[in-house]
Amino acid sequence: MSHSIMKKQKVFETINNFDLLSEEIVFLILDCLNTNPLDKKSFSLACKSFYSLESKHRKKLKPLRQEHLPKILTRYPSVAHLDLSLCPRITDNSLTTISSACNSTLRSIDLSKSGAFSGSGLLSLSLNCKNLLEIDISNAIGLKDAGAAALAEAKNLEKLWMGRCKLVTDMGVGCIAVGCKKLKVMSLKWCLGVGDLGVGLIAVKCKEIRSLDLSYLPITNKCLPSILKLQYLEDLVLEGCFGIDDDSLAALKHGCKSLKALDMSSCQNISHLGLSSLTSGTGGLQQLTLAYGSPVTLALADGLKKLSMLQSIKLDGSVVTCAGLKAMGNWCVSLKELSLSKCLGVTDEGLSSVVTKHRNLKKLDITCCRKITDVSIAQITSSCTTLSSFKMESCTLVPREAFVFIGQRCHSLEELDLTDNEIDDEGLKSISRCSKLSILKLGICLNITDLGLAHVGMSCSKLIELDLYRSMGITDTGISAIAHGCPDLEMINIAYCKDITDTSLISLSKCSKLNTFESRGCPFITSLGLAAIAVGCKQLTKLDIKKCHNINDVGMLPLAHFSQNLRQINLSYSSVTDVGLLSLASLGCLQSMTILHLKGLTPSGLAAALLACGGLTKVKLQASFKSLLPQPLFKHLEARGCVFQWRDKGFQAELDPKCWKLQVEDMVGGGY
Amino acid sequence: MDLKGSLCADTWGELPKRMSSNNSSFADFDSQQPQQKWEDQIILDYGMRMNSPFPEFNQPQTQSPLPCNSSNQIKFPVQMNEGLQANKTEDWDPKAMLNNLSFLEQKIHQLQELVHLIVGRGGQLVTQQQQLITADLTSIIVQLISTAGSLLPSVKNNLSTAAPSIGQLGQFTGVLFPPVDDLKGGVQPQNSSGRKVSNNLNHVDLGGNCVTEQNHTVEEHELKDEEDAEEGENLPPGSYEILQLEKEEILAPHTHFCTICGKGFKRDANLRMHMRGHGDEYKTPAALAKPHKESGSEPMLIKRYSCPYAGCKRNKDHKKFQPLKTILCVKNHYKRTHCDKSYICSRCNTKKFSVIADLKTHEKHCGKDKWLCSCGTTFSRKDKLFGHIALFQGHTPAIPLDETNKGLAGPSDRREGNEATSKIGSSINFNFSSNVPTGNGTQNDMDTKGSTDDSASFFSSLNFDTCNFDGFHEFPRPPFDDSENPFSFLIPGSCNYIPKTGGDSSLSTLK
Repeated sequence: MSHSIMKKQKVFETINNFDLLSEEIVFLILDCLNTNPLDKKSFSLACKSFYSLESKHRKKLKPLRQEHLPKILTRYPSVAHLDLSLCPRITDNSLTTISSACNSTLRSIDLSKSGAFSGSGLLSLSLNCKNLLEIDISNAIGLKDAGAAALAEAKNLEKLWMGRCKLVTDMGVGCIAVGCKKLKVMSLKWCLGVGDLGVGLIAVKCKEIRSLDLSYLPITNKCLPSILKLQYLEDLVLEGCFGIDDDSLAALKHGCKSLKALDMSSCQNISHLGLSSLTSGTGGLQQLTLAYGSPVTLALADGLKKLSMLQSIKLDGSVVTCAGLKAMGNWCVSLKELSLSKCLGVTDEGLSSVVTKHRNLKKLDITCCRKITDVSIAQITSSCTTLSSFKMESCTLVPREAFVFIGQRCHSLEELDLTDNEIDDEGLKSISRCSKLSILKLGICLNITDLGLAHVGMSCSKLIELDLYRSMGITDTGISAIAHGCPDLEMINIAYCKDITDTSLISLSKCSKLNTFESRGCPFITSLGLAAIAVGCKQLTKLDIKKCHNINDVGMLPLAHFSQNLRQINLSYSSVTDVGLLSLASLGCLQSMTILHLKGLTPSGLAAALLACGGLTKVKLQASFKSLLPQPLFKHLEARGCVFQWRDKGFQAELDPKCWKLQVEDMVGGGY
Repeated sequence: MDLKGSLCADTWGELPKRMSSNNSSFADFDSQQPQQKWEDQIILDYGMRMNSPFPEFNQPQTQSPLPCNSSNQIKFPVQMNEGLQANKTEDWDPKAMLNNLSFLEQKIHQLQELVHLIVGRGGQLVTQQQQLITADLTSIIVQLISTAGSLLPSVKNNLSTAAPSIGQLGQFTGVLFPPVDDLKGGVQPQNSSGRKVSNNLNHVDLGGNCVTEQNHTVEEHELKDEEDAEEGENLPPGSYEILQLEKEEILAPHTHFCTICGKGFKRDANLRMHMRGHGDEYKTPAALAKPHKESGSEPMLIKRYSCPYAGCKRNKDHKKFQPLKTILCVKNHYKRTHCDKSYICSRCNTKKFSVIADLKTHEKHCGKDKWLCSCGTTFSRKDKLFGHIALFQGHTPAIPLDETNKGLAGPSDRREGNEATSKIGSSINFNFSSNVPTGNGTQNDMDTKGSTDDSASFFSSLNFDTCNFDGFHEFPRPPFDDSENPFSFLIPGSCNYIPKTGGDSSLSTLK
């Protein structure tokens, strides 16, 4: 194989100037082709020499289907990082193929979201791939202790994520603890079968551990002493560990000196007493997360005073008292990050006292602090002028005039969330001065119009993400301004901006980097506009055209042809029929489909489409189809790795905005 | 016989005071016993409580600061004497004693003659004659025993003394049992050297309650094994007396013997029940009552026991001698440590025990030891297994066999798994094979070599079938680094296998 390549390269020497460049230099050039995955593809398709060069160069691979693994692994011999999270199903067969093909070149493998494998597949992997350093087997729900024991054969493993491996018990984790002594990062989140003994053994045997995630494990105080003795431990997550309480923490006099980040969110049985005893020995702590924890009182804030290195504290969802916030203001440290998202009890007085002292704040989250007014905003903007991220969704008492301060004083802002606020065009005009802005969320801002948005479009050229969900005042003019001024735009949400037409979409088609496009409930959008997006935005991965009644099969055809990166589509309530759906089968990447209330969809058409789309992992369907289609079909599809979600909702002309919001949060992982 | 009732339990506290000068009389008596069996039983009976190994009688007891006490390897007559003296029993008469003794002598002579007669006839007897002689013998022996019994403190008292001694020690661990002045029996302190020593100790009136409590504890202590519990006991040397039983006594199946028919029992309660058959006098509530000390306890030194096995840590001559607390401890210790383990668990057929109670305890849990280590050790509790693994390098939890099979065959169907592995060829198969021996645990070296020599088998999927799912993964081992060459491990030193310390099973199979 390599011999023939050499020959071909010699042939090219005489004619191809590119051959004057050494392989290393070409590799350096290829290293720069990172932005668009298709770039390397087109490079490799240029000629045979490029093809072989690219094959040799590629280190990372993220295949979509396991069927092609043998071929692509022979094509790319030096692949060291294999991300199989997009494969709907990875069987033991595939793992043995990988292990024999990659051998010791494999450094990391991601098997999360594809848990059809078992212990024998993992065993061949860990026995053959001696240099395997990282493995992610999260969500391998069927994996048992034997599988964990197989993993224990990977002696050089340094990073292991095994979240939600619910059948693995202390025994399996014990095997890993004994076998993988070099572990530095380990996540056992939601491994409900693992308790004190397994975790304790990890702490005893794996002395190199840097990062340990024990979220939601049924562990108690018993394993804490050995964990805190880990001398390199920097990051400890104890989220939702209900078994840990104050009593034992009080007994822990020696803290973990190396600890830098601690997450004790949702630990119901920990009060300020336990917390202060736990943190008293951990002087180096930089990040502390106490979301949904005990009330942030004076006592708690005073207890944390000793943390002289603290940079970030997250108190999301906790009850906050004014005295607590004031005490935080008296800390000697200067915080860089503060999150009070969804905290009850945040008042102008308390918040002001914090921000006036912590003037170096870079990130501030006061989402849903509904009591604060312009006083707080004025105080925040005047003291924390270097803010780079400011989230203040649903601070409904803040008047529209206050938003002007943000633009006037905080020029370093890169991320700004003003969802559900009173901001108006004046405020937007002011905010447009934040030229570094890359993420701007203006959902449910009913006071803004094209005028204000035009300012943003003109000045914020680095904008990557724009959310205009239900900002009804926006029309084509505003969107065009954005499309014109923000060429780097990757994500836009114009859902329920009812006046938007194809003109906006045609202008947005210039944003070639656009990967997420949501235009729910825009009745004027037709297939024509969608075609423009499909042609212009080749990187489109997520498309939501729910309730765009004027989009029909005609819009699907260009999509099927051009949007080869499309992974997720929502076609509910559109006019797409069997034909359009079936044409989408040519999209090899397509994994998730939501097809509710498609009037033109017949059972046979659906069956054909489902069978044709080989890579589907998630399909949302109306429950009525369940009985209309043969059960073996579903079994076959489920065996391919597809999960069906049945919905039995009646036809809804218009959804309650809050309800829709919750759904989106589910889908995009709490983007709001 | 009447003496039995009159002698109070306090007697025994006073008994181990002084070495008796007329112990030789007992020796004579002893030698005159024609029926060794009977004599043994009697001695054992008291030996259990009084600890009287005859051969060691005169050995100096260097360990004890109370040479008189500790060396008081008590003889029954002596105890009799002293005990009676001490208690000033009104109807005690040396003359009666002498009468009894002479009666015994007489009877023994009769017995001797009878036996001589039998010997003279060459052992050939007509059945009728045999029966006659047997009847004669029986009557003589019964008389002998009953008279001998009258020489001794009563059975009831004997038992009562034994019981509190155990009870006290159990209850007042590490506390000196102090002497009490106002003894009912009217102790004569000047009689005893041991008494003088103990007089220096604090005098505490323990009262009657104490005694009854002690009695309550007796049964419990018989059941409990105190050998471990006493580890922490730190009695100053000399604060207790050391008693040592002989091997034969320790191993005797019974400790309580009927003074009439000689039948042996393990518990005094059973003996008392048995005694009812010997006459109405044993049916009185007093006779049937649990023997206990009379209220107002007496001065008494704590008793500790020495194991007769020379060199044992529990032997009094050992440098770091740790005494045993009770006779039960002695028995269990001796059996566990110095005897063959003859009781084999019928379930697992591997575990052996020398104490039946241990076997029974084990059998309760046998089969439930599901927590398995790669070294082959099983644990009934998971935390014990993890403690073991945390302690030893290279040991790893062993996943049970059935789960290994399931886990490896996995959710993907078996056929697919086999196909997969047969496809990937020799390297995988080799690795599986190399792991096989440890997985089976009991598989011996020869088997392993046999299978590894058969190189062809590595390439067949059949081999994979037979070996892989045998639970080889029960004991995961570091694999050979050079997995490309399936034969590399056959060349010495070619493989990078690093044996882990403590991984015995794997070492033995891979050498």
